Amino acid sequence: MNSTVSFFYFLSFLTILSAVMVVVSRNPIHSVLYLILAFFTLSGHYILLNAQFLAAVNIIVYAGAIMVLFLFVIMFLNMKQDNEEAKTNIAKIAATIVGGTVFVILFGAYRKSAIPAFNPENFDSQVGMIENLGHILFREYLLPFELASILLLVAMVGAVMLGKREIGERHF
Amino acid sequence: MDLTEFLVKTATIFVVFVLTLVIAMYSTWAERKVAGFIQDRMGPNRAGWGGLLQPLADAGKMFFKEDFIPALANKWLFIAGPSLAMLTALLASAVIPFGSTFRINGHEIVLQGVESNIGILYVFGVVALGVYGIMVGGWASNNKFSLLGAIRAASQNISYEVAMGLSLIAILMMSSSLSLGEIVAQQHGMNWNIFYQPLGFLIFITCSFAECNRVPFDLPECETELVGGYHTEYGSMKLGFYLFAEYINMFISSAIISVLYFGGYNYPGMDWVYSQLTGALGSETGHNIATLIGTAVFFGKALFFIFFYMWVRWTIPRFRYDQLMNLGWKKLIPLAIFNIIITGAAVLFLKPVITAWLN
Repeated sequence: MNSTVSFFYFLSFLTILSAVMVVVSRNPIHSVLYLILAFFTLSGHYILLNAQFLAAVNIIVYAGAIMVLFLFVIMFLNMKQDNEEAKTNIAKIAATIVGGTVFVILFGAYRKSAIPAFNPENFDSQVGMIENLGHILFREYLLPFELASILLLVAMVGAVMLGKREIGERHF
Repeated sequence: MDLTEFLVKTATIFVVFVLTLVIAMYSTWAERKVAGFIQDRMGPNRAGWGGLLQPLADAGKMFFKEDFIPALANKWLFIAGPSLAMLTALLASAVIPFGSTFRINGHEIVLQGVESNIGILYVFGVVALGVYGIMVGGWASNNKFSLLGAIRAASQNISYEVAMGLSLIAILMMSSSLSLGEIVAQQHGMNWNIFYQPLGFLIFITCSFAECNRVPFDLPECETELVGGYHTEYGSMKLGFYLFAEYINMFISSAIISVLYFGGYNYPGMDWVYSQLTGALGSETGHNIATLIGTAVFFGKALFFIFFYMWVRWTIPRFRYDQLMNLGWKKLIPLAIFNIIITGAAVLFLKPVITAWLN
């Protein structure tokens, strides 16, 4: 087995383990920390695929910003392990049915989907590098890119509006 | 990758690692000396000549103190906090170019741990992770003051990362490369970015003060309000690791500032020095000595910025927390966006005019 393949299996093992631990952990802080580990292992997969820019952005955006906010909110909520409310049986059955349905849908989609084959002769291994990504993003996919940025801008304006102080209201 | 290349890389990374630790260690000594000088007293002067053995004495003291974990603390996360702080602090030094190349028997050895085409994004990602050590440690202590310190640190880091990233964008627009080695090489011949990006530099250095939790932005460990902030419950070597991580972060950010804005290992007249040295000592020894001079210049710049951090710490009082947030969100971010627009306009319109006029 060559080293890339063994790296892949090691990373996949870690990814699945940490993803399972996210669900299984009783303590929400532990869940968040396992989720961060899962993001790191996903970045490792990106690096194995020679997509360095995606790996770095994944770390910066998800592990560096979004998960910090998650941790932040959970710390403020101050959840204790013992005050977890007992779930009713109906909720458990409904959760099982929903989870099972999602699993079946994903499995069916996976069986039906055809993974596009690539030709190792003319495959460009540099396609994930930042220069090539920039060329593709700003030449071929300019309109979707700009639309996505407008969507983000709208979300940002909305967040600022929600966080704006009302007249006469004082927080401190 | 063959074995010699692997060994050379390992050795380079090890040297970079040791250098970072030694510089951080002696920064603690320098901080006290600078504080002593500014406050008109002697500073440490008992252990060794001029107190030079003081860091070792401190480390020994830290090691032999009682390693205490509070009864209601989350034990594993309490230990993970300082470890994460040290880990993220040490990670960033891997991509910093400390000098150009060494030539040994015709082989070129780059004085940089990893040359990566996303160098600056890597640094930015590691900086973004730096907050976890503080947050995890502060939460695991199970103490209100620690938690408040951790939350202050997290919100401060997130806020100032935005302005820092935006001030970097202006540099990237000029260099059109993300690789730190490439950015340094482009500043050859006094083309230092500080002359083109004075506003960006001011934003960047302000944000790096906030990211390192240094005075005037050291609200997370503000002792007048929060006892000791996030490390209230820590003692022994765990506290030592937190404090040490701060000094490592200081060195890393000084090195990044010197790489991005002050030309890294470039200095005025380096071409003349290079030609003289290679003429006198041959292309191998001369090249190596010229590289060593460049590396010394790089460390001189970085050490000056460490001194600048200390100078500011013992001069300026601490901000209030709402002042800190207002500065970050309402002043630095708009200024950084303005800087990007100015840079874009200059690259598009001013640069062709000036190059046409110069030719």
